[in-house]
This record gives sequence, structure tokens and C-alpha cells, in this order.
Amino acid sequence: MIEVKELSKQFGKKVVLDGIDVQFPKGKITSLIGSNGAGKSTLLSVISRLLAQDKGVVRVDEKDIHAYKNNVLSQRLSILKQSNHVRLKLTVRELVSFGRFPYSQDNLTAHDRQKVDTAIRFLDLQDIENTYIDELSGGQKQRAYMAMVVAQDTDYLLLDEPLNNLDMKHSVQIMKTLRRLANELGKTIIIVLHDINFASHYSDYILALKDGKVRYYDTTERIMNERVLEDIFGIPISIIEFNDKKICNYFN
Amino acid sequence: MSLFVEIILKIIIFILVLGVCAAASLFIGVADITLSDLLSGHPEAWSLVSISRIPRTMALLLAGAGMSISGVVMQQMTQNKFVAPTTAGTLEAAKMGLLAFMILLPSAGTLWKMLFAFAFTFGASIVFLTIVRKIRFRNVIFVPLVGLIFGGIIGSISTFFAVKLNIVQDTNAWMMGDFSGVLQGRYELIYLSLPATLLTYFYANKFTVIGMGEDFSKNLGLNYPAIMNIGLFCVSLTVSAVVITAGVIPFLGLIVPNVVSLLFGDNLKKTLPYVALCGSIFLLLCDILGRVAVYPYEIPIGVTVSILGAIIFLAFILWKK
Repeated sequence: MIEVKELSKQFGKKVVLDGIDVQFPKGKITSLIGSNGAGKSTLLSVISRLLAQDKGVVRVDEKDIHAYKNNVLSQRLSILKQSNHVRLKLTVRELVSFGRFPYSQDNLTAHDRQKVDTAIRFLDLQDIENTYIDELSGGQKQRAYMAMVVAQDTDYLLLDEPLNNLDMKHSVQIMKTLRRLANELGKTIIIVLHDINFASHYSDYILALKDGKVRYYDTTERIMNERVLEDIFGIPISIIEFNDKKICNYFN
Repeated sequence: MSLFVEIILKIIIFILVLGVCAAASLFIGVADITLSDLLSGHPEAWSLVSISRIPRTMALLLAGAGMSISGVVMQQMTQNKFVAPTTAGTLEAAKMGLLAFMILLPSAGTLWKMLFAFAFTFGASIVFLTIVRKIRFRNVIFVPLVGLIFGGIIGSISTFFAVKLNIVQDTNAWMMGDFSGVLQGRYELIYLSLPATLLTYFYANKFTVIGMGEDFSKNLGLNYPAIMNIGLFCVSLTVSAVVITAGVIPFLGLIVPNVVSLLFGDNLKKTLPYVALCGSIFLLLCDILGRVAVYPYEIPIGVTVSILGAIIFLAFILWKK
């Protein structure tokens, strides 16, 4: 379980996170939603120790993240940020293999190689596994990074807008992959999403941030409510039910 | 497995080429030495080879490999393909270290000289990395431009003191890379670059991860500051050892890594041997060219490296397009 207690973070004078208190349940997908600048990415960065908080604690499996050794934590928790500027000329397979770095550092074992193979298949990258990543399209690149995190095989996956640059087919494919990771392998996934309909279809819980505070945190079913969504996003949203799933229409 | 065999084969070919170049370097020079002289144990030939030709060839080998690998490490640390000892003020810092040595401890031994050069390159590299991290606008071209300006500032401070103390000519001589003065008993410090180069290979995977950026490195559990410090250490040791022995060799750390990257990619575990071999071969060729072109005189290696390097680099960029 990931537990966040009284977390605060300021950039200069701007308060980005203001006393966040949440727990992320194991084996579930939790979507982070909210308008731009609500603090979603910052929250993920702090939880994954990429950014140091000003106040508060983050605990992974009851232990403060800063009490972990670097490579031990990276066997439990991985993060994929939204802008990946890897300018290196690596093949897809080489990149994905670096997902095993926390375990084997230099020499991949047979077990590592098997994990790499699985990750490549999971993200449907077999055809381009020997292509250099700087020759890929935005979407292919995004899937290659995803595969690297999948190969890292951590209990907790934090993803910051992984659907950026992806077309609809691959967006759906990624979300289904995440669903499988949660259902079949019991992974805990925290994901920043902009499209509320993806959150509605594929997540178990939704955490809505506003001005650095937790505005709502509940099951997807309860968040998918016209009044709640209007409060979060500041625009009128109407909900349509289709096949037991709620779909938002915000094109009014 | 066949991929593995292919890599081994390629490396063997590179080593053979290197062997031929090194042999040529041993036998080319004003004094004629033939293989039969050496085989028959001709004492004069042997002493010439051991006093001058072997040191020169070894210095070229180590400087070529070392400067190229330093370039790769700096490019990984800054995530920028255009950063190298030439474009980050590193060489100017080594020169400033030598100047400080001449002013403060002129009669001390070469080990002190080395320490001065090392301390100055290390310090300047830290300052440069700090500047790069502070830059918000991290344009690919902007970073090396800042490095050139930084180097210019260091260079002008050195020149100021050199002018005041009337030693401009000495300092200018250091800036001109030259292997003709490499003799037995005066070049051994360059062997210090060997452990630095080996250390880099030992950490190859970690330097690849560093090149993916700080967030990526942390996600993969890499001790980012520690590896950055090891990189700084290796680069400073290599650059100062080379500058003390042979002076400044420009652009090597820029050209060789980029050409190897175009050909073989950036997975350092795989490519570092190519970088080292290509660096040595290229520097040997440049030196041989400099020795042959205006025989019996010599063209300084800095000139041949710049000309040949620019031609090769342009050809590669155009060919890849």
C-alpha cells in the first residue's frame, strides 16, 4: 500500500501540494484527475522520490520512501514521466532491457531476458524491437517506455499521462494492458489521465485534485456524477450510461 | 549468438587496423628504421625505438582512446552530443592548472603538475555542470555555446596572468597538441588515463542510464550523484594526463563519439570498445599524416586532427542524410 500523509510542496511562493492525505489500495487502478496545475504530476513525482517534499511523509509498504535503498525501492515502485527526452540511440529491446537494471545492473540473467520478452509482447513491440527509438513515432516511443516500466516489474506503477501522443487504438490497448497488470498480476497503478472517459472505463478509484488539495477521492462509480465533475473541471458535463459504463459529454 | 560473434569479429578487425597503424607509427620518422634492423638487434635502432617511437606510439594510443571516451562520458553527463572537453572549457581549465603550477610551484615535480591540472579540470567541470543544470532553456546548441564561452573566460584569465608574468609563449605551446616531444622518461604520466578509461568501461551501463536523464536514473535506482562524480573524476584524470603529456588535442572527444554513435548506437556497454579503438586509430593516422606530409618536418597534430576530423564528420552527416 502507498500511504501519503500531510504532504506539502511549494515552488517558490506557489503552493502546489497542500496537506495531501491519501492511501492507495493495493491491486487497484487509481486515476488522478484535475485541471492543469492542480498538482497531479507533482504528487506523482514526490511519491516516486523524484522530487523532495517540504512537509509530510510517503510510505510504501509501511516504510518511508527515503528509508529505502535506491535500488530496493526501484524494484517495488516505478514511474514514467510525461516528457521523456531520451536522445540516446538505443534499440527498443535495449531500452526495455534497462528496465531490469534495478535487479541485475550489468549482466542480464535468463530470468531478466524472459521479463524483457514478456514486456515487449505485452506492448506489442515485437516487430520493432530492433529499431532505434529515435526512428519511432511518438506513439511507438511511448509504448517502448511503457514496456521498460513493465519489464521493471514493480508492485507499484506510477504513470504520468501515458496516453499522450497515442492514437485511440493504442490508448485503449495501453489501458487494457494496465487493467490486466492490475487484475492478473495484482499491480497497484496510479495514473494521471486527462480524458475523464478513460478514467471512467478503466479505473477502480478516482482522486480529484484541485489547487493542490484532495477535492474528491472515491470509487469511480461515485465520482462519475455530473455535479462532482462540474465542480472538478469547472465546465458543465452531462453523463450518458452505455453498457453499464458512464460516458461524459463535455462538448457543450 | 550470431550477433555476439559478429560483434567480436568487428572488434577484431578494428584491433587489426589499430595494429597496422601502430606498426606504421613505429617505423615512420626522420631516422630510418627497418624491421630487419630490429630483428638483428641493431643497438642504435633499438634505442631509438625505445626512447622515442614506442613512447610516442603509446602516447597516441592512450590519448586517442582516452580523449574519445572522455567525450562520451561528458555527452552522457550533459545529455548533449555536442559537449566534449573542447566545448566545455575542460581543456582551458587544464591549461590554467599548468599555469598555476608554473607560477606557484615551478620547481616541484611532475606529480604536482598533474595534481594542479587535475584539480583545475575537476573544478571547472563541476562549475560547467552546475551551469548546465541551471539553464532553463536547454537547447541542444545552447549548452555547448555556453561551454565555449565558459572556456573563453577561463582562457582569458590564464592569458592575463601569462602576459603579466611574461610566459605567454610557454602557455601557447601547451595549447598546441604535439607528440614530437614525447620521449621516454617524460611521458609516463599519460598511463594514468588507462585506469580512468577502464573504470569508464566498468561503469558503461551506468553511464548509459545517466544519459537518459536524472529522473530515469532515479527511477532505475541509480545513485545519480555518485556516478556523476565518478564520471567527473575519469574525465578530469584523462584530460589532465593527456594535456600534460602532449598538449591540447581539439575535437577528438566530439568527432569520434558522434561517428561511433551514428554507426553503432549509444548502448555504451556495446560501443565503448569501438569509441576507444576508433579514437586511437584516428589519432595515429592524424599523427602519421602530420609526419609524412611535409617530411622531414612535422605538422602539429592539432591541425591534422581538425582538418581530417572535419572532413570525416561532414562526410558522415551527409552520408547518413
